[in-house]
Amino acid sequence: MSDLNRRDPRLAWILRNRLHPRHGELSGQPTRGPTGLLRKNPRPQWQYGPSGVRRLDRLQRGAAAGVSRLSVNKRHEQPALPVHRVGEPQAYIAVWLQTSGGRLTPHCKDVLGQAQQLAVAREEPTAVLGVLCGELKDPVDGAGIDRLLQVNGEAYDGYQPEAWTTLCTQVDAALQPLCWLLPDSGTSAELGRRLGVNLGERPATGVWKIDADTVLARNGAGNLDISRPRSRVMLLLEECALPCGEFRYEVRPMTLTLTAPTGTRLEDLGPVAVDPAEIPLAEAEFILAAGNGVRDWPQFHRAASVLGASEGASRVAVDDGFMPRNRQVGATGTWVSARVYIAVGISGAVQHLQGISKCEQVIAINRDADCDMVKRANLTAIGDSGDILAALLQLVATRATREVSDAA
Amino acid sequence: MLPDALNIAVLVSQGRHPVSGRARRAHQDACALELALCLPQALATNVRAIHAGDPGQEALRDYLGMGIDGLTVLSQTAEDDALAVLHPYLAEQRPDVLLTGVRAECGEGSGLLPYLLADRLDWPLVTGIAAIERIENGAASLLQALPRGQRRRVRVSLPFVASVESAAAEPRQVAFARARRGRITGLTPATEIDQARTEWTLSAARPRPKRLKVTTARTAADRLRQATAKAQGSTGQIIRDDPQAAAKAIYELLVEEGVLRNTQGTGRV
Ligand SMILES: Cc1cc2nc3c(=O)[nH]c(=O)nc-3n(C[C@H](O)[C@H](O)[C@H](O)COP(=O)(O)OP(=O)(O)OC[C@H]3O[C@@H](n4cnc5c(N)ncnc54)[C@H](O)[C@@H]3O)c2cc1C
Repeated sequence: MSDLNRRDPRLAWILRNRLHPRHGELSGQPTRGPTGLLRKNPRPQWQYGPSGVRRLDRLQRGAAAGVSRLSVNKRHEQPALPVHRVGEPQAYIAVWLQTSGGRLTPHCKDVLGQAQQLAVAREEPTAVLGVLCGELKDPVDGAGIDRLLQVNGEAYDGYQPEAWTTLCTQVDAALQPLCWLLPDSGTSAELGRRLGVNLGERPATGVWKIDADTVLARNGAGNLDISRPRSRVMLLLEECALPCGEFRYEVRPMTLTLTAPTGTRLEDLGPVAVDPAEIPLAEAEFILAAGNGVRDWPQFHRAASVLGASEGASRVAVDDGFMPRNRQVGATGTWVSARVYIAVGISGAVQHLQGISKCEQVIAINRDADCDMVKRANLTAIGDSGDILAALLQLVATRATREVSDAA
Repeated sequence: MLPDALNIAVLVSQGRHPVSGRARRAHQDACALELALCLPQALATNVRAIHAGDPGQEALRDYLGMGIDGLTVLSQTAEDDALAVLHPYLAEQRPDVLLTGVRAECGEGSGLLPYLLADRLDWPLVTGIAAIERIENGAASLLQALPRGQRRRVRVSLPFVASVESAAAEPRQVAFARARRGRITGLTPATEIDQARTEWTLSAARPRPKRLKVTTARTAADRLRQATAKAQGSTGQIIRDDPQAAAKAIYELLVEEGVLRNTQGTGRV
């Protein structure tokens, strides 16, 4: 056979003719085998529609005209957002970047959204300056930071409100930002107040709306709204503004010559191990909850203490007297906000599921693979609760000893 | 200052019940007083409560009912600046420890007073404490309340200012007879009107607008998908009838989420 591949005029005609019955199977397919032999695909070319229905797409809207492929591509690739540039900023709006685990908190993103709104409303070019102590894990170009001042160093690690205040005061002296915006929660609420006192400004706290020249602030008890003039240091509540989403921002790093903070008067001795049984159930981060499917109660309590989890219970476990009433999770008990919730032998009645609606990771241990808790759970272990808890206890024990021997 | 007697000043104020709106002792201030009263006998503490405001407020007697001998009230009106009377008084009294609540239950409630006092007195400030663990050799070890029931230990040297969080031990009950019997000492220092406040307008809190779900979809198909998508994803991973594998998967998830203490070391917040 000649190794010249010859063009088949008939095939070419079929490929051109979208209405030909064999157009679909011949177009876009390798039609020649490895030896140069032409191969036919005997099966029809099924397409799967958006709802999963199988279709025979004779028109080949996809392959030939490239229509559906285009839309598939479009769907998957994020449209590249335009970049928001601030060339030569005449003024700055400073925002303290509050992070949790190396990521900006949602509260901080709201504050950045507010800062961008204020910056864009000004006539001269104004940049939003993010001040950060520590590292960021994720890219933050969508969050609304034009300039980023990132400071690292031992003096700023951990809980160092005095060092952070000194840092912000130096930034304030160097760049004279129009105003400072900080989230009114956690350590950044503390920093904002310290900064305000340090700069001699009276901070506006609990601000939830910024108008042209006044701001609306909630008082401490949450029963009064205070309309007051803008301040240079403002502490904003969550959902004060929409987070940025229309642009990408430059996040251009900035450097300032800073003098290291002098001796701090607060010595941070680190977090303290808290007895999980004493944490209020509503606040607990990690809950091991027992239901009617727990038989071996001493083993359950041991598991909770070994894992370091707070104990919860379903109503049945409480009514049967195995657990105290203040440990009941659900509609008539406590609405928990745990990050990780392990439900041992809990069927997942609505009254119970309501109580765990805020939990992020739910693990179900149950004998019944069809119960509602399994539908809610991110990870399910089907089997006897006693066996699985025993295996888990053993696993934790072996890992712990291995770690000790590794460390030694 | 005697070396063996520890002077503790607690700033108290009138509170407001969050539901009924009735005047009562402020919860955090009561917690602060409770902390001061519960310090070990060996420290020979001398606890004094101070209030800046109207001495006629009935709710102030609740603090007397907690078992203190007397309450000092620096008379001023609600429009006056509390800092202007408290700072000179405290600078003169020089307590070793100054305890306050994190924020007041009436008025602005910005929680700024402890910061301002610490700044004026040039003392260190520890915010949101839940307990005083130890006071010895001129230094105190305090437990700071963090979200989710966590605690942080902070050491600070005397004298210091600390604001007390509601997570501290519940304050004791008020003894009615003691509350009646207690003595309120009124002082009339020079007051100063809070100028910034005159520019404010206060109104009952409006419900804040709920944030609407932000849809970023550009095409109709995306919008439809966002509108019809189930909030929770589908069922997660299921492991059947294999306790060992199940335990391993659970363990790995717990480690990944960082909730296992003994494997994570001390996770910093
Ligand atoms: C007005 C009202 C309010 C209520 N409020 C609440 C509330 O706040 N909180 C609440 O929890 N309930 C509440 N309930 C009760 C709720 O309806 C359910 O009855 C209850 O949640 C069921 O508890 P359970 O899942 O532990 O028990 P069950 O429904 O009996 O479920 C037991 C589960 O354990 C499994 N199981 C059994 N043996 C084993 C084993 N050896 N190993 C592994 N799995 C096993 C079973 O397969 C089953 O799925 C309320 C009810 C009413 C009417």
